[in-house]
Order: sequence, then structure tokens, then C-alpha cells
Amino acid sequence: MEVLGPDRVTDGSAARRLYSRDGSVIEGGRAGPVCFPETTGEVVGCVQAARAHGRAFVPRGAGTGLTGGSVPCDDPVMIVTTRMNQILEVDRGRRVAWVEPGVVNLDLAHHLAGSGLHFAPDPSSQQACTIGGNVANNSGGPHCLAYGVTSAHVAAVEVVLSDGTVVVLGEEQGDSVGLDLRGAFVGGEGTLGVATKIAVRLTQDPPKVATLLLDFVEVADAATTVSAIIAAGVLPAALELMDRRVVEAVEPFVHAGYPLDAAAVLIVELDGLPGGVAHEVGLVTRIGSQGGARTVRLAADDAERDRIWKGRKSAFGAIANIRPDYYLHDTVIPRTKLAGVLDEVYAIAERHDLLVMNVFHAGDGNLHPLLLFDSREPGVMERVLAAGEEIVRASLAAGGVLSGEHGIGLEKRRFMSLQFSPEDLAAQDALRRAFDPDGIANPLKVLPTGASCGDVNALDVVPDGVWV
Amino acid sequence: MNALDTFRDAVGESGAVCVRGGGTRWAVGGLPRPGTREVVAPSGVKRHDPAEMIVSVGAGTPLGDLREVLRPTGQETTLDGPDGCTVGGVLAVGHSSLRRARVGALTDALLEANCVGANGRTFTAGGPTVKNVTGYDLCRLLVGSLGTLALMGEVLLRTRPAPEHAMWLEGEVEPDEVAAACYRPSCVLWDGTTTSVCLEGYQVDVVEEVSILRRLGFREVGGSPVLPPFRARWAGNVPEGAVLEIGTGVLHQPLPADLPLVDPAVARLAGRVKVSFDPTGRLNPGRDPYREAA
Ligand SMILES: Cc1cc2nc3c(=O)[nH]c(=O)nc-3n(C[C@H](O)[C@H](O)[C@H](O)COP(=O)(O)OP(=O)(O)OC[C@H]3O[C@@H](n4cnc5c(N)ncnc54)[C@H](O)[C@@H]3O)c2cc1C
Repeated sequence: MEVLGPDRVTDGSAARRLYSRDGSVIEGGRAGPVCFPETTGEVVGCVQAARAHGRAFVPRGAGTGLTGGSVPCDDPVMIVTTRMNQILEVDRGRRVAWVEPGVVNLDLAHHLAGSGLHFAPDPSSQQACTIGGNVANNSGGPHCLAYGVTSAHVAAVEVVLSDGTVVVLGEEQGDSVGLDLRGAFVGGEGTLGVATKIAVRLTQDPPKVATLLLDFVEVADAATTVSAIIAAGVLPAALELMDRRVVEAVEPFVHAGYPLDAAAVLIVELDGLPGGVAHEVGLVTRIGSQGGARTVRLAADDAERDRIWKGRKSAFGAIANIRPDYYLHDTVIPRTKLAGVLDEVYAIAERHDLLVMNVFHAGDGNLHPLLLFDSREPGVMERVLAAGEEIVRASLAAGGVLSGEHGIGLEKRRFMSLQFSPEDLAAQDALRRAFDPDGIANPLKVLPTGASCGDVNALDVVPDGVWV
Repeated sequence: MNALDTFRDAVGESGAVCVRGGGTRWAVGGLPRPGTREVVAPSGVKRHDPAEMIVSVGAGTPLGDLREVLRPTGQETTLDGPDGCTVGGVLAVGHSSLRRARVGALTDALLEANCVGANGRTFTAGGPTVKNVTGYDLCRLLVGSLGTLALMGEVLLRTRPAPEHAMWLEGEVEPDEVAAACYRPSCVLWDGTTTSVCLEGYQVDVVEEVSILRRLGFREVGGSPVLPPFRARWAGNVPEGAVLEIGTGVLHQPLPADLPLVDPAVARLAGRVKVSFDPTGRLNPGRDPYREAA
């Protein structure tokens, strides 16, 4: 059957190699035909072609995912959404916008700039990642602390299911009618179907924004200040922590004004109406000073605020100057446990003789330890993986969870049984089977099974005897 | 034996079963089929951790009891309803608070649920932290499912700082004018002539916005207008006696509404979800989340 013209499907080896990886360290995926549909109907065609040839399919946006979510196993049809990149409609009155899944997060932000409205989720990868990928991974970002992660900003989504039917889940306004299948689909990591249109909710821009930079001589003081702020009843728009290595890496390039001798800095952003913001600035300043902050600096103007944020947003680029490779972790712990678990993270890295940097969404306890290495060094990958596993175990032991925003993909399915019982996993599988009875939508991701993915490296080995 | 195990044993492995909550919205989505056994979920606030902004409660806890525990700490949940309804009942019915525009949708409130499944065994949906994307999002699926997929025994809810100040106003003004004049009012209602607005936040800000609305012709009132009993989905006009929630499309009206037309493909998917979780149809038979207008 002919679904797409020859310019929009390829099984050339270069393309198949390119689409065999994502932003993770996972290698060895094997892509089948790579398709670039432009309409919902063409996506249906791709799914039906996969079925007709007894293949699976893998939805893919920009491929910035960090868990191997779009890494193909065993030659599936790759459904790449990058040509479905139109912003279809912005309804300012009702504060929703319909977009195609391949729209890049930052392009939507630029499109809305000046309208008084914005799409709240702002992953650090927003220059590249797509709204479809955000929906599939239920992505977060610095400004998801007060406003919620992607799911809170998706009103409805059009989905091509794995049997080729098209459904719209959710409503433009209000709660879902019947079951919240929209809520179930968001975060499904491409295993529940392909999102082909998304109605995103738009948030009113705050009339007043205050950005504070606090610096500390002890990481533990910064961490304790985070939970003190929350405990005082302040829910900042953003609350980010960067440790000394991150500061040292970005400051020379960005000149954000981060003190180079600080052990950690906090960025606290407060927004809302002017009276409340002024009150909270006072409160945070007091809590910070009492908690050991050496200085509390309030950005004087937009330029200064932009510089403070530029430092945060350039962190991943700047580290390339330190080591060629990185492995970015993502776990969540109770925020009151931040200081202790951060200590453990440093100790784990030291034990494995690895460099670690921490730049993360401290306000909701979402750790992102970044292990730096040079993959040409023999044996280093084993150390990186071992350290990663210890970080995961330390987070779970502190009462945390495996992932706060990057998802499970291939990377963490071997850890799922550490967090969930067989009954818990069976309930999750019940949802998946209802959406994809034949198991052809991005198979092998999320839930642990005995089968392994293509030629994917050690990361994916699920130990014997775990839930299948 | 802990409370969850007792609940599990009461649910058992066979026979039609439903959970008796506060009974305040008992008929939503249909009544349980005659002969359905009633069980009661555990009650009581187990743990409130203000610094984590989470609270763990038995699903059978009356909302009033939960409110009483949270009030002294200056926190609240986004669950809305009379004091007599239960936490589990509010979640199962799934209606978001009138204050949704400010506090968020109900579906975002449930972090973790310890449930009894149709097979009579317990399982946990979600996780213990305020941010979590580990595995499938069963919590959002459970909210609004009317107990047709699993029965919630204990739940972990997100809390939030309660507003320092709140104020209701009304005026014979078009609702659009409020949107232009205020920053995220928590509720805007329109009955075809009168707009009612709830402002909340720090007192200084609320007072400032109240004075803006006064200039537009609003006056302060004691609280929310009394809403007519039935819910419907807005279809472009506000009939006599009805009140529209601006921004959610929920219409509160004096008479029961027609049921929404559900796309057959969505209904088939929902049917597969139901069968997958409850193959013998023993959980809340007679109830259907799609047999509700809004
Ligand atoms: C430097 C860097 C920083 C990052 N920072 C953040 C951050 O702050 N917060 C955060 O949450 N994430 C972050 N990420 C991770 C990643 O960018 C997000 O998960 C992003 O949402 C993925 O979007 P994508 O378009 O690249 O998706 P892809 O990587 O292409 O795909 C990700 C998953 O989504 C599925 N998918 C993609 N499109 C669709 C669709 N249309 N329908 C169904 N399924 C689909 C895929 O199958 C796959 O499982 C970061 C990544 C990098 C490299």
C-alpha cells in the first residue's frame, strides 16, 4: 500500500541510524522505515502499514528524550512528527490553542509572546523538544512548580490508536466527560498511540515577576532553605538549585553574576499581583538569610532576570566543555530529604570516581544528578551505570520515585519492580492493553518484560524473575 | 490487620460491590444495580506533612474532618463539596472545584491511591511525591471513574496554601470584562444577566482588585450564588435559571440535562479499559461515568 510519497518515507541506512537513538546514552536501537507524515490521515496510514507488515511502530518527536523512549527495537515503523508543526488555532478568549504534535515548545512560546498568555511547561530542552513529546512524557520544567506539569495544561488530544482509529480524548474546557482517558494518555510515552493534535491550555501572564538569587556556602543550607520556603506557605513559580560545579561551568560564559565561591545558588521566582509578590519577596529573603544565605539578590530589571535564567538554561551546553559525555538522571524525593540525599549523591559519585553536577527543580524535590565522563575511557560506562543505579536506590530509600519528568522508556524499566509490586504493574498493564491490545505501539518500553530491545546495551537488561 | 486489609477483605473476590460514601452524589452516573453489596472505605486523616504539601487519608474520611485537620496549618486541598461527603466520593465523581481556574483541576489532586482491584487484591496507583511520571498515570484515570475500575481505600492528596483572603462580588456586567480586569480570578459565573466573581489571594491584592471591579459596577456579596442542582455542558446559551461557569463550560441548571453524545470510538476504548480492569463487571454495576452530563 502506498501511504506517503517517496520524499517522506525512507529506509536508507543513514536515516535509520539517525533515528535509532535519542538524547539518552542508549545505543543499539534498530529502526525500520522512517516516515514523515503531515496529516492525521497519513499517521493512520503509517499505523495500518505497520500492522499489515506485522511490525510495531514508534512515535517520535525531536528525539531529545533521555530514557530511550523513542529508541526503536527490532525494526519498527518510525512515525516522526517533525513535519506536523503547525499551530492551528489560538483561542485567546477561551485560552486554548490547538497545535500539531511536531510544534517545537519554544516556537509556541514565541508565537504566544505578547498575547498575555503562555504555555506553562518549559523543559530545559524547549529549543528542540516537541509538544507531542512533552505530552507523551508528561514533561516538566522550572515553571511547573506552581503551575503543574504538562498534564495540567493539556485540555484534549487527538490520538491515532494502534488499530488505526482516531479518537479525541478530553474536552477543550472543563473536566473530561466520562473516564479521564486524556489524563491516562498523557505520560504514556508513545505506548498508547500517536498524538496528532493537541489542545493546550494557555495561562495568563503574571502582572508582576520577582526573581531572586540566593547563594550559600553549604549545599545543605541551600537544600534546607528550599523546604523552609515551601513550609512557610510560599509556592514559588520556580525554585531551582545549582551547585558549585554548575556555577563554575556557566558563569564564565553567561556572566549571570553567580558568586564563583558559592557551594550552591538558588533561583527563586515569585509571581502574581504586586502586593503578594512584595510580601513573598520579604518572606523568602528572611527565610534565606536565616537559613544561611550569604547574599539575597533581587533582579533589578528584566535584563538581570534574563541573565540569571540564561545561566540556568545554559547549564547543559556549558558542561560539554568539561567532559564530552553526560548521563542525566531524574528521580524525585520528598523535598525535606534534599540535603541528605544530595550528600549521598556526592558520595556515590566519589566512590565511582566520577564527576557529578547538580542543577535541578529543587522546589518539588526533582533531582537531576548529572554524571560527566568521557566514553572513550575504558570501563567508564560500567561505573556510570553503577553510580546511576545507586542514585536510584538512594532516592527510593528516601521515599522517592524513579522519575519526575523524563519517564521510564528503556532506561528505567529494570527498576520498575523496585517501586511497584506485581499487582501495581498488572494494573498499569491493564491500561496499556486496553489502548493497545496487540502490543504494537512502542513495545518494550515502560513496563519490565523478559524480552530485550534489539541490540541495546546493558542498560536494558531486566533481571530474571522480575514481573513480566 | 490494617485498615486497608480490612477494606480489601470486605470487598472480597467476587460478587457485585460498591462503596458507600457520604451519599451526597449517590445517583451520579446511575444507581448501583439492586443486590450490590455496600462496603465502607477506611476513615481518618493518617498523616499531614505541611512542608511536603501532602496529606494521607482514608478514602472514607468526611471532607469536613479533613478540612478541620488542615485549617490550622493554613493549607487546603482542591476537593470541593459539603462537609458530609467523603474524600473517595469526591474523587470518584470527579467534579473539579468551582475555584478550578485558581487551584487546578481535581484530576491533578490525587498523587497516590491504595486500591482494591476487581480481583480482590490491593494495588497502588501513582507515587508518594508531588511530582512523578513513573509508569502509567492511573491516578488521573481513577478520578471521575465512579469506582468502576477499582475501589480506593487510602489516598495521598496534594495540599496547597489556602488563600489569605477571598471575596465574592456580583454585578450586571459582561463576564469578558472581568477577564480583562483581573488576574486569575478563582471563579467567574454568568447567569445571562449577572456575573459573579470570586477573587482570592493576599489581602492587599484582593482589596486592590475589588476596587477595580467596583468601578466596573460590581458589589461585594457574602459568598457564591446558590447553584441549581443539575450539571450540563454549555452549548452556546445560558437558559433561564441556569448558571454558567466561565472557563470550564459547566452549566448548572434546574432540570436534568440530556446525556452527552459520546463518540463510538471513544466509547469502545472506554469499554476496553473497563473490561481490562474489571472483567466480570463486579465493581459498581449500574454506574457509568458516561451517563453523566458534565
Ligand atoms: C538537554 C536536555 C534537557 C532536558 N530538560 C528537560 C526538562 O527540563 N524537563 C523535562 O521534562 N524533560 C527534559 N528533557 C527531556 C526531553 O526533552 C523531554 O522528554 C521532551 O518532552 C521530549 O520531546 P521530544 O519531542 O524530543 O520527544 P522524543 O524524544 O522524540 O520522544 C519522547 C517520547 O515521546 C513519544 N512521542 C513523541 N511524540 C509523540 C507523539 N506525537 N505521540 C505519542 N508519543 C510521542 C516517543 O515515542 C517517546 O517515547 C531534556 C532533554 C535534554 C536533552
